[in-house]
Amino acid sequence: MDKKRFTHILLIIGVLSVFVSVPMAFAISDAYKGNIYQPGTLKPNDSKLKVKVGDPAPDFKLPSTSGEKVSLSQYRGKKNVILSFVPAAWTPVCSDQWPGYNIAKDFFNQYDAILLGITVDNIPTLFAWTNQMGHLWFPILSDFWPHGAVAKKYGVLRSDGVSERALLVIDKKGIIRYIDVHDINKRPPLEELMKALEKLK
Amino acid sequence: MKKYLIPLTIMILLFSVFAFPVLAANKPPEKGESLPAINLPIPKNLDERSYLGLSGSGTFKIPQIKAKVVIVEIYSMYCPYCQKDAPGVNELYRLIENNPDIKNKIKLIGIGAGNTPYEVEIFKKTYNVPFPLFPDKDYAIHKACGEVRTPYFMVIKINEDGTHQIVHTQLGNYPGAEPFLELVLKASGLK
Repeated sequence: MDKKRFTHILLIIGVLSVFVSVPMAFAISDAYKGNIYQPGTLKPNDSKLKVKVGDPAPDFKLPSTSGEKVSLSQYRGKKNVILSFVPAAWTPVCSDQWPGYNIAKDFFNQYDAILLGITVDNIPTLFAWTNQMGHLWFPILSDFWPHGAVAKKYGVLRSDGVSERALLVIDKKGIIRYIDVHDINKRPPLEELMKALEKLK
Repeated sequence: MKKYLIPLTIMILLFSVFAFPVLAANKPPEKGESLPAINLPIPKNLDERSYLGLSGSGTFKIPQIKAKVVIVEIYSMYCPYCQKDAPGVNELYRLIENNPDIKNKIKLIGIGAGNTPYEVEIFKKTYNVPFPLFPDKDYAIHKACGEVRTPYFMVIKINEDGTHQIVHTQLGNYPGAEPFLELVLKASGLK
């Protein structure tokens, strides 16, 4: 095959890949009706992690939708903690992710784990958005001000000011045991997280 | 022109293989239509296999289910409305199974749009779902069904000659087990 022909084929495959790699980014529940903003396909990752597995997890204290302030250190010695950073309220994928965790409470309990949901949205936005999901059993924290400070501390703040879709598992000693900075356009499969929790046993 | 022939052929082939199914369904299946091509795995679980009247292994198509009517719910474990409706849909199953007149005529299945097998299991265990649920991990069925929002209900009438027809569809608005069963019976002509 000559070089020119090869270039043609590559070009065509490139163009086609746009069609075939349509992201699996749906907020398909009718619960949200027309209220989900469609940002289109985004760059899968757009930040540089500042922590790694084995590091002590940086502590933080953030306001929650229930009105209380929640710190990471309050769970030290008591619970394994899963930090679930999601990019933004009222967007696809994010709107699907926490309702799924909401029915898996028993599965998280098996691993003595608490989930902390975090976005850079402010409390009123988070309050309205999470109310559409039914009653969530885990705290929802606002990393709004100083904007995205916690996301930045962990290295999951994107250049446009929203966070990555990231999951971190922190054990009872406060050590990071699992990090998944997922493709922002896709929902992380639940089994991957459960496998990480299984390793804590 | 000749030099473009090979790239052009490859392009057409690739496009037809990959892109067509994605673009094929631009709207959900509706009343009066046939189902899109949906292949589901024959359940490994004996009870589920016997409930659906299937045998062997491999895949099956919904009209192969041994019934006069099949109710399909496209749902997701991540969908709050599907979660809220789950107990009511279980009740529909029980109403059917406890009525000897319709027990073997109406069957119920769920397809978890974008759900992995593990996620389907979580939904099944959380709500004690008594009827077969199938994962649609890569959204393939969801796409074939015009990327419907969830929950989406389809009532399919299976004719004696093996042909089938969708006799009712509905996005959400699940009215509860009894009214929904009444609707299914009327739409399918079983009543």
